[in-house]
Amino acid sequence: MNSVSASYGGNPVLEDVSFYVQENDFIGVIGPNGGGKTTLLRVILGLLKPSAGTISFNDELLKPNSIGYLPQISTGDINYPVTVKDIVLSGLMITKGIVSRMSREDKMKASAVIEELGLSDFSGASLNELSGGQLQRVFLGRALIGNPRLLLLDEPGNFVDSSFENDFYEKLKELNTRIAILMVSHDVGTISQHIKSYACVNKKLHYHPSHEITNDDLMSYGCPIQLITHGEVPHTVLKTHR
Amino acid sequence: MEQSIFQYDFIIKGLLGALFASITAGLAGTYIVSRRLVFLSGGITHASFGGIGIGYFAGINPVIGAAVFGILSALGVEYLSVRQRIREDSAIGILWAFGMAIGIIFIYLTPGYSPNLMSYLFGSILTVTNADIIALGILSVVLILYFSIFYRTILYISFDESYARTYSSYVDVIKYTTISLMALTIVLNIRMAGVVLVLSLLTIPPNIAMIFTRVYFRIVLWSIVSGFIGTAAGYTISFFAGIPVGATIIFTLVILWVIAKLIRQLTTKRNKS
Repeated sequence: MNSVSASYGGNPVLEDVSFYVQENDFIGVIGPNGGGKTTLLRVILGLLKPSAGTISFNDELLKPNSIGYLPQISTGDINYPVTVKDIVLSGLMITKGIVSRMSREDKMKASAVIEELGLSDFSGASLNELSGGQLQRVFLGRALIGNPRLLLLDEPGNFVDSSFENDFYEKLKELNTRIAILMVSHDVGTISQHIKSYACVNKKLHYHPSHEITNDDLMSYGCPIQLITHGEVPHTVLKTHR
Repeated sequence: MEQSIFQYDFIIKGLLGALFASITAGLAGTYIVSRRLVFLSGGITHASFGGIGIGYFAGINPVIGAAVFGILSALGVEYLSVRQRIREDSAIGILWAFGMAIGIIFIYLTPGYSPNLMSYLFGSILTVTNADIIALGILSVVLILYFSIFYRTILYISFDESYARTYSSYVDVIKYTTISLMALTIVLNIRMAGVVLVLSLLTIPPNIAMIFTRVYFRIVLWSIVSGFIGTAAGYTISFFAGIPVGATIIFTLVILWVIAKLIRQLTTKRNKS
């Protein structure tokens, strides 16, 4: 991402954002509400054209099928008559045109992803038969079937109750050995063990390449912030933005 | 002899009408029911009555007037629901009454008595012309081709439109094309079941199918089958009992739905015990 700016209806939301996603990086994107986190995802997904700057992938212009996307909440109607396998297959639509047939190979890919996510028993089930955690795995499967190089997650913690969260983040850690992950989250604190680097977004983007502990005055948001912490839990404190 | 030829013609027309009505209503109905557009479809149906009235008044084929009104109102509501400047259900409610009002005003202004008005409100196989049957037949072929070519595209856009926008630029084209075809289906079936009853011709068969399956194309298939049984049986009963055909078809379909529900309950109970 090179000097990207983006705006909504004339209001600048992102200004001069530049950063680079390393292979197998796990970036946590944090920032206040309205700071531009979701806009950042929309720009990367190509849903919003940047007003300036370019986005490239391995020095080539970004190809959308190298990205897998798990939206904040699924807008899909879970009572819609569609099976788990169909939903996972819809992740391949990006490589297809308006007239789309799923080949036997596509269906085998879907079965493999469904098996990897432990959903084999539910392949032909409709979505209203699934629990919250299973539902989230279905949508993760939709994001993964195209073999993306980069996985975008928008507030995955919002989606599911906490009992499934651990499993889900363990799965992400496993995926991270082959896929770079960029995760937008307001509760980044709870999963920082898996995150390798941070991007703080509030119009500007500040990238912190790894866990760093320096001084504790985190002034990233342009307003005074005091960190309240208890002992024993591992903490990450990021450098002051310059 | 003459009478038997007349009867034979009448039966063929009825059966073809029932077949094409159930194909078009099965395909359109599954889309409408699974996307929860039943109320919108009610709005389209009643708005198209305005077109029927203007058609009478202007001396053109009322079906053409209804088709124009139906498609324009479908596109209008789909557009408004994206813009969200107005509440969608209110918009539909206004459209619903406005269409009926226009229809009634123009039919009132038309010189002379309109003998076919009742057939538009409640449907009548007697007034169904060969041209109506041919139009429904062509629409059946168009819908079958449209849904088989764009099956997955339509399925995924209906399921999760905002995700579909992340991979395709044709979401709006498909949405507006599909809703226009739905409006056309409703309008052409008004001849069979009438403005007041046509909606149930579209919504009852998919609901019968959904009792037994949750897979989209199976719902379409079973909707067509149950729609055909209901329409053909309703048509036959109305012929022999001498009662209005539209009402008889809907009555038969509801009975089918109740029977399907009972079968489902009995089989699940047996499976449990």
